[in-house]
Amino acid sequence: METDKLIAMLSRDAEPVAAGAVSRRYGLALAAGVAGAFVLMVAFLGVRPDIAQAAREPMFWVKLALPCALLAVALVAAARLARPGVRVGYAAEALLVPIGAIWALAGVALYSAAPGERLDLVLGKTWAVCPFNIAMLSLPAFAASFWAMRGLAPTRPAVAGAFSGLLAGAVGAAAYCLHCPEMAPPFLGTWYLLGMALPAAAGAAAGPLLLRW
Amino acid sequence: MNAREAHLKDLLVRGLSGEAASYEAFLRELSAFLRAFLRGRLMRVPDEVEDLVQETLLAVHNQRHTYDAAQPLTAWVHAIARYKLIDFLRRRAGREAMNDPLGDEDELLATSDEEAREARRDMAVLLARLPDRHRLPIQHVKIEGLTVAETSKLTGMSESAVKVGIHRGLKALAALIRE
Repeated sequence: METDKLIAMLSRDAEPVAAGAVSRRYGLALAAGVAGAFVLMVAFLGVRPDIAQAAREPMFWVKLALPCALLAVALVAAARLARPGVRVGYAAEALLVPIGAIWALAGVALYSAAPGERLDLVLGKTWAVCPFNIAMLSLPAFAASFWAMRGLAPTRPAVAGAFSGLLAGAVGAAAYCLHCPEMAPPFLGTWYLLGMALPAAAGAAAGPLLLRW
Repeated sequence: MNAREAHLKDLLVRGLSGEAASYEAFLRELSAFLRAFLRGRLMRVPDEVEDLVQETLLAVHNQRHTYDAAQPLTAWVHAIARYKLIDFLRRRAGREAMNDPLGDEDELLATSDEEAREARRDMAVLLARLPDRHRLPIQHVKIEGLTVAETSKLTGMSESAVKVGIHRGLKALAALIRE
């Protein structure tokens, strides 16, 4: 087929294209991912019984703010990576703000604790299951954010996959906050971050396979 | 340069709002820039330039919903052309690794200047490989110029299935090229 014929074919009867495809897809993906994470959390883990009490403590909200801040950065980065020719900007640097904040709080907590209590602050009672539970809760959002990205045009598939995975991990971690009894910053700065890093790493590996166009 | 950018962008924006003539003019003018851009970067394989022009045009069409009018058109088109060029070079490197890269004396007389102006890969042949639910809507609406309603009557597919078939079919065509 000659190029002129291809052009005639592509332009014939071309439907109008609605603006806002990127935000529409990510809106849907986020709604599906959050709903899925919440359903999995209630079904397999359960909301912590003392949630009303816990919600009165500032630390509960600080804990929830950590994945929410990372979610916001991942969402902005993913929406930019989804468009050819748009720079990602300072997304990687922006990740250091919430991570640095939780590590600063962790440092204060460890410094002011008695030496014998420090390990308990890091390990809590649930360190062995926390990262895997977060990764499990992130599965619906992982599928949803890859669905969103696959319908768009990322030119850097590994990076786009990593931020898609981080987006999913942050949704999983936010849902896990409603179950998890741990409140110590050293715990959050270790196991929550690891739990979100697992889907981010999986996304970086899957990106080159799943995001070609 | 800025005048070209503004002109092409105007054509695309009008094309995206449904003006088929503007959209066709956009693709036509873009194809000339793409041809020059890719020819300069594929000196060693001039007879594959037109293939890549077509592949890039198809990608521009399939991804046109990712263009934001607030964004410079040049950056968007360049990123797509660059992505397709890199993808092409990788595929080629993979193919060449299986052959003897120095046993190329047969190629010396194989490529003549006339051949350079034709695409080697025929999109029509690839199109014929698509399943009916993709191929028939593209054949009737995009090539023969029937309306969606006429195609729906002719094929027994619903009108929305015809529209979806065109959309998915053109994406499937891009995937066939990558094989």
